[in-house]
Amino acid sequence: MPITVQIPTALRRHTEGVGSVTCAASNLGELFSVLDERFPELKPHLRDDKGQIRRFLNIYVNEEDIRFLGGPTYAFQEGDEVLLVPSIAGGTE
Amino acid sequence: MSHYELWCRECGRTWGNQPRSICDDCFSPLEVAYDYDALKASISRERIAQRSPNMWRYSELLPLPQGFEPRLPVGFTPLFQAPRLAEKLSGTAAAANLYIKNDAVCMPTLSFKDRVVAVAISQAKAFGFDTVSCSSTGNLANAVAAHAAREGLKAWIFIPSDLEPAKILGTNVFGAKVVRIAGNYDQVNRLCSQIADEHRWGFVNVNLRPYYAEGSKTVGFEIAEQLGWRLPDNVVCPMAGGSLIVKIKKAFDELIKLGLVEPKEVKFFGAQATGCSPISTAVKTGSSEIEPQKPNTIARSLAIGNPADGHYAIKTIKNSGGWSEDVGDPEVIDSIRLLAETEGIFTETAGGVTVGPAGKLYRQDRILPEETTVLCITGNGLKTTDVLAGVYQTERPIAPKLAEFEAYLRRTLDVAEVPGVIAAAEEAAEVGA
Repeated sequence: MPITVQIPTALRRHTEGVGSVTCAASNLGELFSVLDERFPELKPHLRDDKGQIRRFLNIYVNEEDIRFLGGPTYAFQEGDEVLLVPSIAGGTE
Repeated sequence: MSHYELWCRECGRTWGNQPRSICDDCFSPLEVAYDYDALKASISRERIAQRSPNMWRYSELLPLPQGFEPRLPVGFTPLFQAPRLAEKLSGTAAAANLYIKNDAVCMPTLSFKDRVVAVAISQAKAFGFDTVSCSSTGNLANAVAAHAAREGLKAWIFIPSDLEPAKILGTNVFGAKVVRIAGNYDQVNRLCSQIADEHRWGFVNVNLRPYYAEGSKTVGFEIAEQLGWRLPDNVVCPMAGGSLIVKIKKAFDELIKLGLVEPKEVKFFGAQATGCSPISTAVKTGSSEIEPQKPNTIARSLAIGNPADGHYAIKTIKNSGGWSEDVGDPEVIDSIRLLAETEGIFTETAGGVTVGPAGKLYRQDRILPEETTVLCITGNGLKTTDVLAGVYQTERPIAPKLAEFEAYLRRTLDVAEVPGVIAAAEEAAEVGA
């Protein structure tokens, strides 16, 4: 089912400037597969070596943090808007 | 060439100086790094001591633009012993070494956020922004609005709609544009990340964040200097986004690195409200990652369910041998009153959140009475008076007559006669004779 993913500016140099992608994916795992295939350079920026979502990347579905919706088990609904938003931390330690 | 620049701790890439908070290469947060070897030659206790009592006395260790001239005496708030509070918290009169670092009186908007904003605004001007902005739980809103007014910048402030009225008013008054968002802070913050992506504004806690966060270090510098250039054994710090506790640690590390204080292992203790405790929950359960929460607490200045620096705060606490505790809302109120009644300091809810867990830490023997312990009080009680509504009854007024007052006194003290008053009356009669 079609969902839309918004790519933040910081990641667009890995997507040839593309800021929004509409695709069919039923969950987060499938969405990552779609993005991996279309933008191979983006892959390491979304997940670490172990395949975990990067610590400083937040994923929202229609304004809600996906972790409150069940994370990887959440089934996308038609028309969902997915936001990839970097977490703005101060660093150190 | 400046003596600092942005770098990524995770991948090591340097980014010079620009309004940016994320490493494009690895998506990790950027941090300000300094040339400490160069600083060693130019900084000393004596030089610092000659400067005005405000946070700018540590300017070498802050990322300030070249030629920066401070226009406000921010910081250098009082640090003082709190023996009466110590006795209550520890249950022993021996706890003479408890100190309060009182940012409830920080210039100009009565919270520690004046420190971070002062640094961020200096960079906003250097980068040529005409508009500054932030997402805020209140204190930051006040600080950005006030500093922007003083510097002649426009301010757009984004807040959760349920903020305390005093914090909204205390932003409006500076002429800032206040945008209320129907959502919690985490939602406001996420929106601001998106806005910062689209608009060329200086968001103090988004694209200026690495510089902004450095301002928090001045709390640590001041604690060390005010203790006579030594480090305490323990620091108890309230946590929202988790940045302050991390930056106080960085401040202590820098002072050690520059030879300004003797090396010491300081324990860091984080305090949260139980209704929003993602960091303390992680510490208590031994997790190194944050599980986000939906905040539900009267401590709205700390109501951040997905703390950006949570991961770093957990590491700071664990690596120092410290701990984290939290208290429920009723104990937050009790703790505000306890601090006020024992030491004469009126703090906001975040201060209640600091004092309450400090008591728990004493009772758990994680903090010992003989150790030098500093409680960071970060905000002023006059901004959150709404949480005390109903705690004190408004009494019926009495007539302006001495007899009325005497009756009132007997009624209030529930005695037939008031010995002190009678004695004073007799003494007055004797003097008159």
